[in-house]
Amino acid sequence: MPRLVSHPDEVKIVSRRFGLGAAKIDRYLELGGYKAAKKCLEQGPDWIINEMKASNLRGRGGAGFPAGMKWSFVPKKSAKPKYVLVNGDESEPGTCKDHLIFLHDPHAVIEGTIIAGLAIGAKVGFIYLRGEYRYLLEIMEKAVAGAYAKGFLGKGIFGTDPKTGTEFQIITHTGAGAYEVGEESALMESLEGKRGIPRIKPPFPAVVGLYGGPTVINNAETIATVPHVIEMGAAAYAAAGSARNGGTRLFSISGHVERPGVYELPMGYNLKKMIYEVAGGVRGGRKLKAIVPGGSSTPVLLPEEIDIGMDFDQVAKTGSMLGSAGVVVIDDQTCMVEFALRTISFYQHESCGWCIPCREGTDWLKKSLTRFHAGFGTAKDIDNIQHIAENMLGRTFCPFGDAAAMPTLAFVKKFRKEFEDHLNRKACPFAKHVELAVI
Amino acid sequence: MSDETMTLFSPRLAARFDALILKYPLRRSALVPMLLYAQDEVGYLSDAVISEVAERIGITELEVRNVATYYSMLRFKPAGKYNVQVCTNISCMLRGAYEVYERFQEELGIAHKGITADGLFSLEEVECIGACCWAPAIQVNYEFHDELTPEHVPGILAGYRSKAGVPSDGSLSLGWKAGVPSDGSLSLGWKAQAEGNAPHA
Amino acid sequence: MADVTFIVDGKKLTAPAGTLLIDACRKAGIEIPAFCYYPGLSLQAACRMCVVRQEKVPKLQTACTTTVAEGQVFITESPEIAQARKSTIELLLGNHPLDCPVCDAGGECELQDMTFKYGAGESLYAEAKEHREEQQWSPAVYFDRPRCILCYRCIRMCGEGMDVWALGVQNRGVSSVIAPNGGDQLDCEQCGMCIDVCPVGALTSGSYRYKTRPWEMNHVSTVCTFCADGCKVTLGVRQVNDGSEIVRADNRDKSGINGDFLCAKGRFGFDFVESPERLTKPLVRNSQGKLEPATWEHALRFAASKLKEIRDSKGGASIGVIGSNRTTNEENYLLQKFARTVLQTNSIDHVRSTDYAALARALAGHNCKTASLRDIATAPAILLIGGNPTEEHPLLAWNLRTNVRLNRARLYIANTKPIKLERQAKAALRLPADGYQAIPAYLGGSDDTIKDTAFREAVLAEESLVVVFGQEYRGQAVESLVAWGLKRGPNSGSVRFAFLGDHANSRGAADMGLLPDLLPGYVPVTAPGAFQEYPGLPATPGKTLPEMFEAAGKGELGALLVVGANPVASLGVDPAALKNTFVIVQDLFLTETAALADVVFPAASLYEKSGTVTNTYGDVQLAKKAADRAGVKPDFEILVRLAGAMGVDVKTLVPFGKDGVTADLGQSRGAQAGEADRHAVWLAANNLEPRLSPFDPLAVLDEIERLVPGYTLDRINLFGGNDVRTEPGFVPITALKEAASALVAPAHDGLFTSGTLGRYSPALKELEQHQARELAESAAD
Ligand SMILES: Cc1cc2nc3c(=O)[nH]c(=O)nc-3n(C[C@H](O)[C@H](O)[C@H](O)COP(=O)(O)O)c2cc1C
Ligand code: SF4
Ligand code: FES
Repeated sequence: MPRLVSHPDEVKIVSRRFGLGAAKIDRYLELGGYKAAKKCLEQGPDWIINEMKASNLRGRGGAGFPAGMKWSFVPKKSAKPKYVLVNGDESEPGTCKDHLIFLHDPHAVIEGTIIAGLAIGAKVGFIYLRGEYRYLLEIMEKAVAGAYAKGFLGKGIFGTDPKTGTEFQIITHTGAGAYEVGEESALMESLEGKRGIPRIKPPFPAVVGLYGGPTVINNAETIATVPHVIEMGAAAYAAAGSARNGGTRLFSISGHVERPGVYELPMGYNLKKMIYEVAGGVRGGRKLKAIVPGGSSTPVLLPEEIDIGMDFDQVAKTGSMLGSAGVVVIDDQTCMVEFALRTISFYQHESCGWCIPCREGTDWLKKSLTRFHAGFGTAKDIDNIQHIAENMLGRTFCPFGDAAAMPTLAFVKKFRKEFEDHLNRKACPFAKHVELAVI
Repeated sequence: MSDETMTLFSPRLAARFDALILKYPLRRSALVPMLLYAQDEVGYLSDAVISEVAERIGITELEVRNVATYYSMLRFKPAGKYNVQVCTNISCMLRGAYEVYERFQEELGIAHKGITADGLFSLEEVECIGACCWAPAIQVNYEFHDELTPEHVPGILAGYRSKAGVPSDGSLSLGWKAGVPSDGSLSLGWKAQAEGNAPHA
Repeated sequence: MADVTFIVDGKKLTAPAGTLLIDACRKAGIEIPAFCYYPGLSLQAACRMCVVRQEKVPKLQTACTTTVAEGQVFITESPEIAQARKSTIELLLGNHPLDCPVCDAGGECELQDMTFKYGAGESLYAEAKEHREEQQWSPAVYFDRPRCILCYRCIRMCGEGMDVWALGVQNRGVSSVIAPNGGDQLDCEQCGMCIDVCPVGALTSGSYRYKTRPWEMNHVSTVCTFCADGCKVTLGVRQVNDGSEIVRADNRDKSGINGDFLCAKGRFGFDFVESPERLTKPLVRNSQGKLEPATWEHALRFAASKLKEIRDSKGGASIGVIGSNRTTNEENYLLQKFARTVLQTNSIDHVRSTDYAALARALAGHNCKTASLRDIATAPAILLIGGNPTEEHPLLAWNLRTNVRLNRARLYIANTKPIKLERQAKAALRLPADGYQAIPAYLGGSDDTIKDTAFREAVLAEESLVVVFGQEYRGQAVESLVAWGLKRGPNSGSVRFAFLGDHANSRGAADMGLLPDLLPGYVPVTAPGAFQEYPGLPATPGKTLPEMFEAAGKGELGALLVVGANPVASLGVDPAALKNTFVIVQDLFLTETAALADVVFPAASLYEKSGTVTNTYGDVQLAKKAADRAGVKPDFEILVRLAGAMGVDVKTLVPFGKDGVTADLGQSRGAQAGEADRHAVWLAANNLEPRLSPFDPLAVLDEIERLVPGYTLDRINLFGGNDVRTEPGFVPITALKEAASALVAPAHDGLFTSGTLGRYSPALKELEQHQARELAESAAD
């Protein structure tokens, strides 16, 4: 059972029920559950969407798109059924927050899905969990069964007429190991029983999505936040965060810190403070070398760059991204070439292979870096690595290529010296395990 | 299709598949879960499994293979009864995942994708499993073990050995020793595994 | 859609809104490179070669997925774009084997061309490349994985285009690989379309691989000799010792009636030409009763004198002539003219693959009532009755599928058995075993044996309809079906017909009067009209094919001239019947019929001569001489020489030369045979008169156009390599005798068979055996 952490600076909204047994529906109800959905049912779609817009809740999956705005793109009338799709594929290295939501508060996901459905006029919602989260899927399935039993799901939810009232169904689904499937259109393909290849956009999912119907796709955390927004009111929620970045966020802090864990902190919370105070500083009193601020695909930051507020806009100013808010802390005993190699190995392994720049680029990068880290690199390789990454950037079929290229560029630019230290057949200065397994 | 004589799955799983297909707006959506659940029971995706799944979904075997080979959790050769998956991605790596992985290699005497001679364990280096804050973490089948050090490794293996009913000296020979039948038909050992899989919550 | 105006590279372009930018540009002559884009197939946006800059859009956009809208501004070539394309190629070449010197595609590879264009010659890649053995997926298809650039064209062509779905992608990322449905085997229709669309040398043809380099070949586009759809096929020809040989057949020239398409026969079956069983010397039966090689001169003189003797002693009526379904229109025309005016017999016939005469009769007086093969690719609604085009008319099936896929055409199928095309059909009507005859009445509403009224209503609701039907209809049945279409209101101009026969020029055989009662253009011999100019034209109908053999059996047939046909095998004639008949056969092989002959002339195949052929829909195309084989002569030339040897003034047969001009009859001798044909094509293309040689089929084409109703051809297009229309409905007669429908002997060829000819193609035989094995294996599963 993953350890729960806490810190006085935390503002517990989404994590409010963590550790309180809320996976059981009765307990969830005791803790105020399903009131928000009921309220939304009474207030109607326009009200919900306005609340969502006013809350400044931005997508927690990575791109930070305003959730209310996304919902408003769904056409009111549609010949095909509309759907809500909850993205629980959580696969971005450094990120494990949805894990805790599914474990501790599955009903918040269900309630959020119902509300999204009410807002866009969908009758069916899907909750897609990555294949590795089997035990969480079972918890989720139990929770869904509980919600059906209580009449929160099915025909005539919340006591409306079973024939004429509101209907909402939830279908849970498991993946089977594929990071790329987290990309929204690849997620829809995967859910349709196909290879996880993204779709050509436009059309966007809000217009043509799952099974061809208009679809809202949100990250599990985004969805789990929705009932809280409704409960506490959009204004109050927005006020908890920073400008244009409503509320709080679950930060997964991992790596070389004293107290790693998932902390719920206000949007805009200072990164330096997050590392040194909330997470207890660098492990063993070592020196900080680098920070990945938002999951493995976000460009690395140097210690001098971390006096910033952690919200989408402020992190973007540093040239990096808030992404999935997976903060990975790296100490001074770490080889950045090895770190770069491990990062790009992941992208090589997970590229769907559809387009040339991504498929060939990640492979080429991995091979060069492997050789480089083993001490067989040349000065030209460093330029070449940069050249490949630059040529992937913005040229690929989906944002995956950027996700692989951006961190690579940052590693080479910010740690060029360390790359140079590996030249001329020198062993890695940090040599712990030079022989990386080549997957 | 749930007719016992026609399926290579247990009656329970076959019934589950019958329901799974009806769960979605389009039956093809059941494909990936079906493959995963079939693998849980049979051990891997044998030709026979692929052929039955193709028939159940109503698509060609080629289409099933196109999809199945895309997903990294799906495999086409048997693994050990306990498949040890060690995450070595960044968060885990920083906190010693490679040391843990190496210790598993030593204890089991196998490398990446290897299977122990008794068929009890297989080992895999895997990508991020979503336990970064509790690193380093591993999964054994679907069970998470987190915040590990190399010293935890013998204990974890011993736990699974005793779960499988192997005395610590390894003297007892069991059904699973024979491994998975090449035709992928269900052996008792595998069924027990599927049931013994129940995750902790 | 309404037209929009947008700017590309500073040029103002106009196209319907929603057109893909890449198509709009190509139409305007702005070439945008692409690997994955393939017109008509689903969009991929995978190769990223087509990137362009769109004003006000931050990232480069893919032209293959961008649809044009009013006021957009694009740049398609700039340093930034060139760099993007160059780097994509660099990335591809990183893992590419660079084995161009031995690759089949070398010289005609899109990757090579792009590398050249964007200058990605220098290798930045230092890692070892992964080698993988090439795989043989079937006798026809080989796969070389390291060369594959994953453009997915093959998968889409096989699935969307062919509706076979035998290829897929497996694994992911850099391990992604194109995989066939049978594990390591390709279980499919073996059309080879995947090879054609592959932009590189990843998919290669079993019959062509490692044979030659593209630049060592001449590429001649001509007409396929197999089925009656008449695909344009490009033959790759190379010089060899005894002439020139065909090393490859493909569909490089996508301008033909078949667009992108070519089937297994067209692609792989050309090797009959090189068969060691080809006849290359005339054979004459010696005094021991054995066929032995003879000189052309001796064989011709012998045959001519016998013919003359028999005609003069027993009368022309005692001579029979059997023509071919694969010889050109000019040859067929000449053959009947030779039979009627020189041999003085109307006993001329051919193995009829369908009852074209009945169609002509049914349509007499009505113009524009037949549909071309192209019409079938665009018609909004088609009713297909009987047959199985997927097997028997692959191009027709392709056009139907394409039309349904791209234009949402509505296909209605009435058949006694399920056929694959029903997957594309809007509605299918299952008929009882003898149900075809009832269709006209069913459509007309006066039949109640067929219960499915919804099908009828759907068909009748169509404003315009093309009715495609085949040999299930003969004689009177054809007339009732056509009659239904002709009088169908409210807009009775809206039904057109396509009548299906077999082989490359069956229609041409019928149109050119290889019939005992009908002259070319279905003009009755009893009322010959313009053909009155034929000297000594016999006025009564001659014997039909069975009647000839019957007469032979009774010892009443003095001589039989068989040109390119094998009636002994195809109609199962008792060889003994020909005991007392002097038999002359012109053929490529010593067929069952030729084996019985007294004189055998080695004939050129359709790939070794020029002339026109008419497909079953009435589309006329120009066949061009591609290959050459020492020793053989085109049937046209053999006939002229035979006539000459009989003492006929050849000019009365072939109106060549101007008065007073005589041509050198020797100009097409030996290895140069066919020179005259090529010369003729050139003359015709340049509109030059007169035809200088008696061996010039174009001289006869002039006469065909002059005398044969319906054959007024658009020559510019014909000689430009396009298909042109002929209209049999133009026959100005009404009362024709109904031919015995028993005479129709459809071939029922499959994907790998084509009458006698197909038997001599090792490639087709191998494919057929392969397919039989696959079938047996899957049945055993
Ligand atoms: C390569 C790639 C992987 C992604 N993985 C995930 C993921 O695991 N979970 C997730 O919620 N979003 C993921 N996303 C983002 C989704 O595409 C999508 O933007 C998100 O689910 C929308 O939800 P939100 O608006 O609530 O953030 C990924 C995007 C890309 C390009
Ligand atoms: S085999 Fe050829 S056509 Fe098929 S994906 Fe590869 S390169 Fe494209
Ligand atoms: S042609 Fe546009 S991406 Fe390939």
